[in-house]
Amino acid sequence: MLLLECPYCGVMADETELAPGGEAHIARRGPEASEEEFAAYLFERKNPRGVHFERWRHAAGCGKWFHAARDTVTLEVFATYSAQTLAPPEEVLAAIRRKRPGWEGWP
Amino acid sequence: MRRYSAFAIAREAVRYHQGWERAWRSPAPRPAYEVVVVGAGGHGLATAYYLARNHGITDVAVLEKGWLGGGNTGRNTTIIRSNYLQDPSAAIYEKARSLYETMSRDLNMNVMFSPRGVLMLAQTEHEKRGYLRTAHANRLQGVATEFIGPERVKELVPIINVSGPRYPVLGALWQPRGGTARHDAVAWAYARACSAMGIDIIQRCEVTGITQERGRVTGVETTRGHIGAKKLAIVVAGHSGVLAEMAGFRLPIESVALQALVSEPIKPAIDVVVMANTVHGYMSQSDKGELVIGGGADGYNNYTQRGSFHHIEETVRALVETFPIISRLRMMRQWGGIVDMTGDRSPILSKTPLEGCYINAGWGTGGFKSIPGSGWAMAELVAKDAPGPLAAPFGLERFREGRFIDESVAAGVAH
Ligand SMILES: Cc1cc2nc3c(=O)[nH]c(=O)nc-3n(C[C@H](O)[C@H](O)[C@H](O)COP(=O)(O)OP(=O)(O)OC[C@H]3O[C@@H](n4cnc5c(N)ncnc54)[C@H](O)[C@@H]3O)c2cc1C
Ligand SMILES: [Zn+2]
Repeated sequence: MLLLECPYCGVMADETELAPGGEAHIARRGPEASEEEFAAYLFERKNPRGVHFERWRHAAGCGKWFHAARDTVTLEVFATYSAQTLAPPEEVLAAIRRKRPGWEGWP
Repeated sequence: MRRYSAFAIAREAVRYHQGWERAWRSPAPRPAYEVVVVGAGGHGLATAYYLARNHGITDVAVLEKGWLGGGNTGRNTTIIRSNYLQDPSAAIYEKARSLYETMSRDLNMNVMFSPRGVLMLAQTEHEKRGYLRTAHANRLQGVATEFIGPERVKELVPIINVSGPRYPVLGALWQPRGGTARHDAVAWAYARACSAMGIDIIQRCEVTGITQERGRVTGVETTRGHIGAKKLAIVVAGHSGVLAEMAGFRLPIESVALQALVSEPIKPAIDVVVMANTVHGYMSQSDKGELVIGGGADGYNNYTQRGSFHHIEETVRALVETFPIISRLRMMRQWGGIVDMTGDRSPILSKTPLEGCYINAGWGTGGFKSIPGSGWAMAELVAKDAPGPLAAPFGLERFREGRFIDESVAAGVAH
């Protein structure tokens, strides 16, 4: 069972309380984007086997969106953090590198 | 290859079964092949088989990191049906279903195809209208299905509760020639037939990299060394994203866990497949007597082959409500597989940005039923470097073009 700590209300939430929202930090493309860029933005996903940055909503709690860094093989959670960021903060990357030395998954 | 037959069983019976030969060879990899297929699941093996049978290409290796059929092919709940909504889906799924009808004979192995009939319950007005629409679409596509009322459902499945308080059964989409087959046997039958035609199936050989020169594939790095390839077919289901990364492109696919479970064996109680998409559960009875049960997939990316317990709980709750007599059965085993989900719930059979590299993926929760049709279409794509009519609508470019093949209703519950 997956447990994630909501960075807003501090609740350690069970996955049944949460709604998964897919890959995080996907850069939004504007009207000037090429067709390829826009298609990539809409559909293409990293889908990594390992460290993954993703969006979650504390649906049955405070209702807010937040981000999580999680390993898709071990289900280990490295950190949860605010959704008001365009990239994972330095301390989150550091937390991942502490446990996965040599990891180069970002950007 | 020595043929299996009633006569062979009799012959072996009188000589202590000493004469059976191994079903397939286990050769060491050669330095290079014309075609390398990654993934010895049903789809990879069927691709190799039809490359040889339909296109005369036998210089083929199928590389498998574990054992053949040990992925989703050996983990699924074996429902076979072709009652999808869109024409391209109906074409490839019906091709597959019809190949299942003669598979045991064609491959000389009993795959226990059992066209016992598949019922998809309508439990809301909305779902009922959806299935009525599918039944009309199927009629135009030449796929034999029919919308039936609750009385007929009760006749077909006496143990069902059609008047549950939450979700009464309002009717069902009925495909009498749908059913089940023995999943392992399907992989084994293709493997045996491939091996007999000279194709190398190499197990415990994980692909760890893809080599290329000037935008064209040249081979693969594996745990058993480099293997050259003029053409490469990636057929690895849940691991498609991992292989695509090696090849240098991304896919519109996310991998999630899907689970199934079986009960203790009981006397014959239900002789059709029942799917209840609104409440998220489906059930059939295996020839051993176990009830084979499946439900919803996880909502988040996952490569663990386990899945979350609350899905099991929800599935079992839904099925106990639908089939009250199962409430005291013990569940014996539970497992998970990693399924490759696309946004429109339709597969990808496509060329890729890397020349000479082809991909067959995105069958998600429903690709056991399509193994023969998918292998047939994929072999044509690889052999001719161009998709035939079955594969053409399923190219990767459909996402850029906004030409989705929307099966989110027909795919409904995971199956
Ligand atoms: C619980 C569950 C229930 C299901 N129920 C149904 C159902 O009732 N009906 C239905 O139609 N479908 C069902 N499905 C879906 C179906 O099982 C899949 O769509 C289908 O089996 C995919 O087949 P495949 O041959 O492509 O994949 P797999 O059998 O998974 O084969 C892929 C192979 O690739 C190998 N591989 C991966 N990476 C590498 C690598 N780097 N190098 C070498 N080899 C590699 C894997 O080890 C694996 O053996 C279900 C799936 C699950 C998990
Ligand atoms: Zn919260």
